[in-house]
Parts: sequence; structure tokens; C-alpha cells
Amino acid sequence: MHQARTTRPRRTALLGAGALAATAVLLAGCSSSVGAPSAAPSGQKITLTVGDFGTFGYKEAGLFDAYMAAHPNITIKEDTTTAEADYWTALQTHLAAGSGMDDVQALEVGRIALATSDALSSAFVDLSKAPGVDKGDYLPWKWQQATTSDGRTIGLGTDVGPMAICYRQDLFQAAGLPSDPAAVSALWAGDWSKYVEQGKAFQAKAPKGTYFMDTATGLFNGVVSSSTQQYYKGGKLDYKDSPSVKSAWDLAMQADAAGLSEGLKEFDPPWQTAFAQSSFATTICPSWQQANIQKYSGTANAGKWNIAQAPAAGNWGGSFLAVPSSGKHRAEAEALVAWLTAPEQQAKVFQAVGNIPSNQGAYSLSAVSDYRNPYIGPNAPTGQIFSAAAKAIQPAETGPHAGDLQDDFSNGILLVEQNHKSAGDAWNTTVQQIDSSIQ
Amino acid sequence: MATPPDARHRQTWRSRLHRWDSKGSPYAFVAPFFLLFAAFGLFPLLYTGWLSLHQVSLYNVNQARWVGFQNYLDLFTGAPSRFFWNALRNTITLGTLSTVPQLAIAIGLAHLLNYRLRGRGFLRTALLAPYATSVAAATLVFALIFSPEGGMANWVIHLFGFGPVNWEAGKWTSQFAIATIVTWRWTGYNALIYLAAMQAVPGELYEAAAIDGAGRLRQFWHVTVPALRPTILFTVVISTIGATQLFGEPFLFGGQSGHQGGADNQYETLGVLMYDQGFHDSMLGRASAVAWTMFALLLLLGLANALIARRLRRAQ
Repeated sequence: MHQARTTRPRRTALLGAGALAATAVLLAGCSSSVGAPSAAPSGQKITLTVGDFGTFGYKEAGLFDAYMAAHPNITIKEDTTTAEADYWTALQTHLAAGSGMDDVQALEVGRIALATSDALSSAFVDLSKAPGVDKGDYLPWKWQQATTSDGRTIGLGTDVGPMAICYRQDLFQAAGLPSDPAAVSALWAGDWSKYVEQGKAFQAKAPKGTYFMDTATGLFNGVVSSSTQQYYKGGKLDYKDSPSVKSAWDLAMQADAAGLSEGLKEFDPPWQTAFAQSSFATTICPSWQQANIQKYSGTANAGKWNIAQAPAAGNWGGSFLAVPSSGKHRAEAEALVAWLTAPEQQAKVFQAVGNIPSNQGAYSLSAVSDYRNPYIGPNAPTGQIFSAAAKAIQPAETGPHAGDLQDDFSNGILLVEQNHKSAGDAWNTTVQQIDSSIQ
Repeated sequence: MATPPDARHRQTWRSRLHRWDSKGSPYAFVAPFFLLFAAFGLFPLLYTGWLSLHQVSLYNVNQARWVGFQNYLDLFTGAPSRFFWNALRNTITLGTLSTVPQLAIAIGLAHLLNYRLRGRGFLRTALLAPYATSVAAATLVFALIFSPEGGMANWVIHLFGFGPVNWEAGKWTSQFAIATIVTWRWTGYNALIYLAAMQAVPGELYEAAAIDGAGRLRQFWHVTVPALRPTILFTVVISTIGATQLFGEPFLFGGQSGHQGGADNQYETLGVLMYDQGFHDSMLGRASAVAWTMFALLLLLGLANALIARRLRRAQ
């Protein structure tokens, strides 16, 4: 699925998929024919099992049925788990035992650094040599994430979580700011500190009881995610000296000191309630966040949200499909994975459940580029904003604890926003927390 | 003529079978419990103890590295010690905040229900309803009540002229909120135990007290409470064990930061710390060390309880 492991509850992922599925009904009119898959090897009847979690959208988009119709000798069984955490726990056990795995296994972006590590990567087939797979098709950074240090690519990207910024058009107007998506994007283009500056301009004339942002943790994640150097450098944790972590932290502190943030904890009930109460004007908006906005803001706020480009392109979430080397039908599984991650299929998944494709070929398909969200800024070029963000994302080094660190820093910012600690105390507590959680 | 050899053989066989039956059957009957205990109680306990002496990742349980007592040293004096002592303090304060009011209210309720009342049966059953509610459901509801955005708790204190409180963020406010959930869930359960014990108190004692002019409150203090002393001790022990293992309420109450007991670890209990170390930070060795420390703590509490119980018995 399409989410960072530690920062977004599984629940919202499902809700997100559900709400986007509703929008898919409107888009269902346009559909293209099933891409011609490669010839089925031998006439032998086999069953392929696909292990995944949450909503990958293959069933919803009718892809398994289409594949089985084109390959009469292949039966596909989806082995799906609701919660990614449960799925991963079971997969770990199977990996340790070396048996019990499905022919295809999905991997979440938060696990990919672990899966590509020396300890686990040998359990998966190198997909870069699979027939029909072309490295150039995929987003380079997405490809890189699933590639081991010795150059084996163990997973093909399914979807990504490019970030935009969702904003309340009515509140922007009330505060005398431009409210058209292009104009708003231009307000802060290229620089996160401009986003904070606009926040100050907003806050000066904002309607009483409204804040510029829901929480400064979103800002922090946005700054770090859109940087090429994040928490790791040269294979080692390097967050204390990382320039992006420092500037993200400073900007978040600045935003909090200027009173721009409502200080809500993302995804918790008060945060959800605040959407309905219209008490903040912007939130960091990875593709899957649209569903949350629609769900929590409710029908009363329909048409009030709009979507603009983020100051810099970054990614939050996304998954991969891998083929375990212990599988009995590896060749067939590789062919299935290659087909499922091809542009036409990813575009269909996007239409069905809203997952943004990781295959660059899909961005030029009208199903993706012409996509507009009927709830959020019906006239905003949503598909183009997300495709542009996805293409502009720069590769960044990641590591096994990257997700945990993102979590720890979000928490550190909450210490200032909610527990009223000083910036220095909060930093020290965060460092202690990280030091004690890594052995 | 003597008995045929095979008949004698049969007899001895039968008597031997009978002997085995009378000696062995009890063991066979209790065996399932002990086998299950060995598989699901003793083995995990010993395995956890073994793990606590290793550095071992959740991702590679087979690659454990022997570190001796390093995990315990880390816990008491190393990098995570700040969080361990904090969790221990929280466990004690949260335990006190929830156990004391819970038992006090329970005994009061039981005393009232012990009188003739209309709809007594219904009231007694209703007492158990919170206990039958799942932790998750109860915690969700209370999280809404204590929400800073339109929560009921803030509405109530607003009526008394106080400003809104961010319940979850403060150390004492959050612990108060969690203690409320625990108290709400367990008061009825304890009240029923007290009620059962009260029914065993001879009615003559109350009659005699009434003749001597004692009101209901005096009857409660001078007849009910002394007669209930062993029961009170029992509930104190059970509640203390429950409080030491407190996990579900703080974990769920914290939402996104529940795994570490709030952004500032302000309500992280030992149970939550164990989960955080083991399943969030994937350090099974250190989580096992927390588990064994909790186990040792409970053994100490059990010992203290046994001593107090002996004292009480002597005093009677």
C-alpha cells in the first residue's frame, strides 16, 4: 500500500482507498483494453498466490480476472491481510523459516531498506533481469529504493506518495491571499521557508480561531522528504549532522513560535475533528491524504479545499512487489509482477483506488494526467500536480531506521507544540529517544 | 486344583490396572493444564529469560548475540534508563490513581447494594457491564470524552469556569484520564466480589449494631470492613497485579504516540515500554529484560502480600 509504516495508521489507508474508490465510479467511463501479456509458458495448470495487505486495488481494477482470462493455465489467488503490521510479522516468520511464502509478496516502503539489506535480500529474486522489465520505465529513485548494494533489484514499484499541499480556499481569501492553485503554488515555489513566510502573512489577517497549518510535524516531514540527504549518509545514521533535518527542525520551531500551527497530532481524533471545524488552512497532502480530507471535512466543507504544489517535491509512502526465491513458479510470478506494474495496469489501479503510479509511462495516460478530484478543488489539475511531484522527486539514501526516525522527530515537535517544552529540551529528548531505540 | 495360570495372570493384570488407574488417573486429569502451562507459560518464560541475556532483533531471532546482563544494565543505568525509571514511576502513580478509587468506590457500591433495594438484580448485573466492555471500545470513548476538541470533559469543567485542558499532553491530566478508564472498567467487578463477601457476614452482627444505635455508616466501618478484610486483601493483590501490567488503556489512549505512552512518555507504563522496545524498536532482548523485571517486581509484591496476610491472620 501507499503509506509510511510508522506515521500513518493502517485504518486511514483503508478509508483512503474506500473514499477514492467512490471517486473512481465517476471515472469508470474511460477504460482501455487489457495490455497483451507475454505468452504463457507451457500448458501446465498452475496457481499463483499473491500476498499483499490493505488495498492494492488489483481485484478492484479487475486485473487478476483479466490476467487469468489471457492465461487460461494460470489461476491467481490473492492472500491479503488488512493490517500491514500483521502482514509483515507473518512474512518475517516465513522468511526466517524459508518456507510458507506466496509466489508474489508485497513490501511496504518502510520495510524496503530492511528487505534489501544483506540479511534478507537473498530471499528474493533479482527482478531487473526479468523479461519485460525495463529499468527506465520506473521512477529512478523508486527503482533505487528496491536495489541492493550489489545491484540486485528485489521489488518493482507499485505506487508512490508524492506530496502536494492542500489548502482551504475560503480561508486564504479571508486572509487576503491568492486562492487559485497556480497562484498559491507560486507563493512558495521552490522554498519551504516561503511556505512559513506565507503562513505569517496568513496569520496576520486570519479569521479568529484559525491556524495556518494543522501541525508543524507535517512541515518537518515535508522538508526532510524533499531533500536528497535525509537521515542516512554513507550507510550510517547521520541525522545529527543532516542539513535537511536541521533546516526542517528550525523551520518547524519557527512556525510554532510564530503561532502558525494548531499543534494537532496527525491522524488522532482531535486532528480529525479539526477538519470539520475548519480550524486550519493548510495540510501536507500526499496523494492518499485526499481521502482523509474528504472524509473528515465532510459534505459541509465540499468545494472549500483546493490543492497546490508543495514548495519542493517529496515522497511519503508507496509499495513494491517482490518474488521470493523459494517459490515454485518463479518465472510465471516474475511475468505477473512485470505485467501488474506496467503503465496501463497502474493507471487502472489509480482509477479504481487512487494509488499514484510509480511507472513513468502511466503519467502521460489521460486517466492519470486529466484526473481531477471532485471534492478537493474540482478545477485543480490534481493528476498533473501529483505526476509532476512524482517525477521531480530526487533519490535519497534511506536505511532500516528511517521510518522510526521520522516518527521520533514528529514526536519531538509535538513536545514543543503540546507539552510546551523549549526547542532545545525537545531536541535533546528526541536524540535520547533515538539513541535508546537503536541498538 | 489351583487356579489356572492364565486366570491368575488376568487377575493380577486387572488389579495392577486398577492400581495404575487410581494412582495415575489424577495425573492424567491434571496433565492438560500442566502441559499447556509448560507450552504457553513456562517455555515462554524461560525463553524470554534466555532472550533477555542476548542482543536480538525481531527481524532475525535466530541470530542472537550473547551479551550477559548488559540489557539489564542498560535498562537501569544506560541510554534507555531514563525511559525505564520514568515507566516505573508512571506504573506506580497510574496504579495508585486507578486502584485506590476503584476499590473505595467498589466497597461503597457493594455496601449500598447489600441493602434491600428495588431492582437489585438489575443493578447488580449492570455493575458488570463496564467489565464486559472491551478495552479498545472503552478507551476510544474516553479518548473522545477527554479530547481537547469538543470533548465532554472540557465542557464540564467549562461549566465551573475553567479553561480547556489538553488532557492527553499533561503528565497528571493524562494519567487521571487513563485512571478513569481503568476505574470505570473494574469498579463493578470488584463491587461484586465485595458483595459476595458481604452476604456471608452474619445478619445478627448488623442487628446487634443497630440495637446499640449504630447508623449505616458506623455499621459499615465497624462490622462490614473488618469482616471483609481478607477479601479486601485479595482484591488489592489482584488490582496491583493488573496495575503493574497496565498496557491496553495507555497504549490505545495515546493514538499515534501510544506505543511510547504519549509524546513525552508522560503515561508510559512498564507494559507499554516492553511493547515499544520489542515491537516498535524490534529489540527483543531488551524487551525481554523489561518483561523479567516486571516478573521480579510481581514476585516481590506477592511476597509482601504474603507477609501482610500472615500478620493479619495473627492479629485476628
